[in-house]
Amino acid sequence: MTKTDEQRNHENSITVGSDEIPKKAVRVHHGVKKAIVLGSGALKIGEAGEFDYSGSQAIKALKEENINTILVNPNIATIQTSEHIADKIYFLPVNPYFVEKIIEKEKPDAILLAFGGQTALNCGLALHDSGVLKKYDVRVLGTQVETIRTTEDRDLFVKSLSKINAKTPLSKAVETVEEACKAANIIGYPVMMRSAFSLGGMGSGVVQNEDELKDLASKAFSKVGQILVEEYLGGWKEIEYEVVRDASDNCITVCNMENFDPMGIHTGESIVVAPSQTLSNSEYHKLRSIATKVIRHLGIVGECNIQYALSPNSEDYRIIEVNARLSRSSALASKATGYPLAFIAAKLGLGYSLYELENSITKKTKCCFEPSLDYIVVKVPRWDLQKFRQVKKQIGSEMKSVGEVMAIGRKFEETIQKALRMLQIGYNGLVCNDGIDFKDLSEELKNPTDKRILAVVRALRNGKTIDEIHEMTGIDRWFMYKIQNVLDIEKKLKKGNIDTDLLLEAKQLGYSDKQIGLLTGKSETHVRESRKKHNIFPFVKQIDTLGAEYPAQTNYLYMTYNGTEHDIELSGVQTNISRNAKLSNESNTADTGSNTKSNIKSNTESVIVLGSGAYMIGSSVEFDWCCVNSVLTANKLGYKTILINYNPETVSTDYDTCDRLYFEELSLERVMDIYELEQPKGLIVSMGGQVPNNLAMPLHTAGFKILGTCPTSIDNAENRHRFSALLDELEIDQPEWEELTSVKDAIKFAKNIQYPVLIRPSYVLSGAAMNVVFDDVALEKYIKKASDVSPEHPVLISKFIENCKEIEMDAVACKGELKVWAITEHIENAGVHSGDATVVLPAQKLYVETIRKVKECTKKIARNLNISGPFNIQFLAKDNHIKVIELNLRASRSFPFCSKVMKINFIDIATKVILGQETEKINGTCLDLDYVGVKAPQFSFSRLKGVDPVLGVEMASTGEVACFGNSVEEAFLKSLISTGFTLPKKNILVSISGDNNRYKILGAVKKLVKKGYKIYATSSTGKFLNENGVDADILHKIHEKKEPNVLTFLLEKKLDMVISMPDDTKPQTINDTSYIRRLAIDFNIPLINNTQLTRLFADAVQIHDLDSLEIKSWDEYHQDD
Amino acid sequence: MKQKYNAKLILSDGSIFRGFSFGSQTSKSGEVVFNTGMVGYPESLTDPSYRGQILVFTYPLIGNYGVPSRDHKIDGIQTYFESDKIHVNGLIVSDYSGDYSHWNASSNLGQWLKEHNIPAIYGIDTRELTKNLREHGVMLGKIVIDKDIEIVDPNTKDLVGEVSIKEPVTYNNTGKKTIIMLDCGVKNNIIREFIKRNIRVIRVPYDSNFFEFDYDGIFISNGPGDPKSCKTTIENLKKALLQDKPIFGICLGNQLLALASGADTYKLKYGHRSQNQPCIEVGTKRCYITSQNHGFAVDNKTLQKGWSQWFINANDGTNEGIIHESGKYFSVQFHPEATPGPKDTDYLFDRFVAKLK
Repeated sequence: MTKTDEQRNHENSITVGSDEIPKKAVRVHHGVKKAIVLGSGALKIGEAGEFDYSGSQAIKALKEENINTILVNPNIATIQTSEHIADKIYFLPVNPYFVEKIIEKEKPDAILLAFGGQTALNCGLALHDSGVLKKYDVRVLGTQVETIRTTEDRDLFVKSLSKINAKTPLSKAVETVEEACKAANIIGYPVMMRSAFSLGGMGSGVVQNEDELKDLASKAFSKVGQILVEEYLGGWKEIEYEVVRDASDNCITVCNMENFDPMGIHTGESIVVAPSQTLSNSEYHKLRSIATKVIRHLGIVGECNIQYALSPNSEDYRIIEVNARLSRSSALASKATGYPLAFIAAKLGLGYSLYELENSITKKTKCCFEPSLDYIVVKVPRWDLQKFRQVKKQIGSEMKSVGEVMAIGRKFEETIQKALRMLQIGYNGLVCNDGIDFKDLSEELKNPTDKRILAVVRALRNGKTIDEIHEMTGIDRWFMYKIQNVLDIEKKLKKGNIDTDLLLEAKQLGYSDKQIGLLTGKSETHVRESRKKHNIFPFVKQIDTLGAEYPAQTNYLYMTYNGTEHDIELSGVQTNISRNAKLSNESNTADTGSNTKSNIKSNTESVIVLGSGAYMIGSSVEFDWCCVNSVLTANKLGYKTILINYNPETVSTDYDTCDRLYFEELSLERVMDIYELEQPKGLIVSMGGQVPNNLAMPLHTAGFKILGTCPTSIDNAENRHRFSALLDELEIDQPEWEELTSVKDAIKFAKNIQYPVLIRPSYVLSGAAMNVVFDDVALEKYIKKASDVSPEHPVLISKFIENCKEIEMDAVACKGELKVWAITEHIENAGVHSGDATVVLPAQKLYVETIRKVKECTKKIARNLNISGPFNIQFLAKDNHIKVIELNLRASRSFPFCSKVMKINFIDIATKVILGQETEKINGTCLDLDYVGVKAPQFSFSRLKGVDPVLGVEMASTGEVACFGNSVEEAFLKSLISTGFTLPKKNILVSISGDNNRYKILGAVKKLVKKGYKIYATSSTGKFLNENGVDADILHKIHEKKEPNVLTFLLEKKLDMVISMPDDTKPQTINDTSYIRRLAIDFNIPLINNTQLTRLFADAVQIHDLDSLEIKSWDEYHQDD
Repeated sequence: MKQKYNAKLILSDGSIFRGFSFGSQTSKSGEVVFNTGMVGYPESLTDPSYRGQILVFTYPLIGNYGVPSRDHKIDGIQTYFESDKIHVNGLIVSDYSGDYSHWNASSNLGQWLKEHNIPAIYGIDTRELTKNLREHGVMLGKIVIDKDIEIVDPNTKDLVGEVSIKEPVTYNNTGKKTIIMLDCGVKNNIIREFIKRNIRVIRVPYDSNFFEFDYDGIFISNGPGDPKSCKTTIENLKKALLQDKPIFGICLGNQLLALASGADTYKLKYGHRSQNQPCIEVGTKRCYITSQNHGFAVDNKTLQKGWSQWFINANDGTNEGIIHESGKYFSVQFHPEATPGPKDTDYLFDRFVAKLK
């Protein structure tokens, strides 16, 4: 084809007439000099790491405009609360009281409410209502408060949308239980009950009859003044759009998403695909048009999310809700498309137009466009329901999942299989999941649990037709056709006769080498080798927002077998032959085979950092902080950084964090693939928690270079036998333990070392199925439960030492020499999981001798294992005697806390060590700080219906906060308030099981009385208190049905706080005290459930009230140093 | 298991892409172009502007929602399609769903393609292919399934003549105002948009001497190929510009109006075929997301006195519309009728209708 010169001059990529395009305005749009950004506080169910991503992006956008940025967020483990991001950080509660104080002190001219989830939004609304924003002349940037209110108040919302004839579900806002019943009768059961100001659907549910409605409605009214009774749309498709609008009224939809699970299952509990798969052009654009119309009508400026129900049999629709802020879905959409939603939303809040902002991926095109995907994205939620006793396994209209994974591919089959493996819960994909059984498959399909997708697979395998399953689940048939394709290949693989075509097809449908191995009776290694011989390799593709229409410099990558060419140049060689050529013998010169050229400068080595994977209980944003900081340091040292992670709720998966981001599986197979292509200096496995840590040894064995501490040392620490032998050799004490395979032996051993004993399966993080037992019966019962968790591994029994302190050492060593260290102290005694403990730095109540022994012991271990990198040791301490209970040769949950309290970046030092950079030894400053940091756990009990909110050896918290104070008491109170705790005004209920516990809190209760609190107690606790000189009014237990009754007091909100804990020495049962604790959670009444916490609380309120808690920023604490 | 049939796409530069057939078992050649829209394959495949082209969808999963009924018509117009037939010469996708799921579907995509004797291939790295086309520009190519064929350049044919109506047809006879619709390959939804606004539409062949009709305005439709090949139409439009009646053009209509006004057009390297093109309305702060399908563009620099740019592409600055200072003659390069694509600019039909006296 020939071209004239004229034509050449007018090629698409040149900028004919670009003069006419409005330039990025030079003038300052906003006139904002100082702005406050509200964070979301601790991670909790429904409000997780996605707000670290959105807040960080917003701050970045503000900094680019030279706006002095103040961040309020007590979540110390986040990236946004790191140095050099915001100008000032307040580790203080995101609530109206504290934010007002900060406004008073800082005098900002603007505030951003849309980047800290519902917490920030609610706080902003309260500040507006109380006139604080007006009083201090603080402008809300982006969507205005009146619009936010319209989207939050269902009644206003429905009224507003009806003005533009946008359809919402039939609904009635009611303020009493009677009204609710009346409305339900008009709409007809089943109805949907929703509470206003909901987050993650809290207090919502499908209600089948009037009795259920009465129960749920009265609970909801304890938290909000209004609930909604709605038309039930079960079985309708659930579709979401992410919408962006600027102040000039330009409005785009960045991404749409379709839920695999139909209406009735909360979108946070659903498998979600992007873009929608089963919508025609007419449906897609109808909903898109409505979205822009609604968003214009509401007047949103920035970003929002609109959720629809779409009929599966027509184009009828309902608008479910609009979230006038960044949300979990917008984080997902942002990662799914490469469109930086939060960053853009912040810029639009300052008054920019969409077309003035550049598309940071292409660097050529503008932000006023709608990304075109040439891949499919699948999100799957991660649940940890087994961690909670008594929780219902069913998923529904309330969110229970604690994290999510996102997979990218070019086929649905490929992508869903990847995603299921990414969950890291033992699934190998859609198939090869032995050991997962369903007692009643039909029941499972009709009332889904966290294993619903595997139930669908099982049903298909059992011969149920797709139509039948569709009837039972409402899942669109299209998804099931695809699942069937995977099953068809499974059958073929099982038959044997595996030729190149079948192997390739299996890989294209997302089969892992391990899966193929399991089906063909070969090892994973064997399959990998044979696959390579067949010349079957994955290809690296870019995410470029425009479906390859324009050249893009993007480093945002995924891998697929549904391709024949790498998008980028890679230094390693997997294959030289393009598959196009390979499929036949024809020679084919123009085929674009994989590139073997390198664009990596020869003097630039690369390093791969493995991310942390999905957020789960025990592994959360703190590991993302470690990964991001490690990447930053490696970058500073001149390395090309490559990061592998697949968690859409993170900052590490922002494509501008590292040089190359692989949004990929953290599996042996995929890490080897990437390693072979990238040829790095080596892998950093110690930053992302247990997921990468578990890969260290297999990667090392396969001959891949692990940087830092040698994997054999990691294995020595992970393997109980070897670790125990090592401790013996080093003459370091440890609790007695043994690995046992039969109940008989277990009982014998437990008797021998004397009860109580701790039981746990080996090789687990955050103590899944761990428990303390006090007698034979309980032991027998729990061995069964523990064995179920991991059948290949025997049960482990160790001596549980009561009334013992727990101490942690977080440190970095280089070639066995300690470089930097921090000793933290738990408030709660041992027996409360370290992740659920309240942690103090510097330690306040340790003997100098204990500290010396801990250090000595740490040095011995570091030297012996020749540690080069981060590590963490957990100790028990009693009467100046210490025992080691655990060693992790990786960064721990508390690294960000220690780093930020001491203002020494442990990860920076660790990364330098790992990369062989000389580092100075930092002398132990952690003991002579002039302030105290206290880290407190955040629980999400209110979302986990039926769970008894108690502390134990199994971790149950979903997040954490940390605050600073001039004393441990001050920092503790701030932390406690940061987790949503309200300081009691007057009435406290005490209900304690076990005399042992009662003695422990007696002194504390006396202090509370002295402070002027009125004490109520249940019968035996009351009797005990009265006998011991405390004036306590007795309230009857619920079952006694006599007044004054605990239930009445709770219902009438006469109690400001509850102190209640079970008797640890007895097996946990549901009794009246657990019911009281549960009601305290359900009625939103502050609860303290530990004796040591009770004592610290009593001490703290002696010294402090709200007014005396100082409003100081992070740097102010250090200035005082 | 379903039988797989090998198929390949051979480009004029010799490169070969191998996959499997899911349409008609026949070989065809055409100009290979890509579209980045994520929905709307029934609409795109029946868009006459694709006449003679082999279409590559960059979105990898195609066929998911099947194809609606071909028997459903309103006002004599197919309800779910943009014309009565498939106009592409072939279809290239990455992953094809023969199993479809939609309440409105009556067959799968492969079946429909077979009905129209159109070949299609799945299993191709459409991203690699797209990058090829982006780097080299649109290329001729052929789908080879049963027997090898010669590559024929469709642009040497009278493409508009092939897709234009042969005899005038009138829609909505009771409409309040009447327009002449110059059919260069008009999409059904343009006709629907006018009927919706109660306009009587006289659809005439692209080269007809329409002055004999009684009308209130002229609409110039979209269509395939090089606008300069529509010589008669351009000459007729020159005369029409001397009248006082409003003229509105879409896509090829934009290029024809420009040529009639004395401006020039040129061929783009690989055109705009997508549903996400941002277009700025000159002199405003408004930027619209538009649906596009064109390989040629109006040269901004050649606009004559009295004419100015109305819309420009925010991504690459190319012309997206022109307007005459009288406010009576205007046209856009993008598709306000959408189908497929966003409907953000359908207000332009209102604007034209308001000008009809």
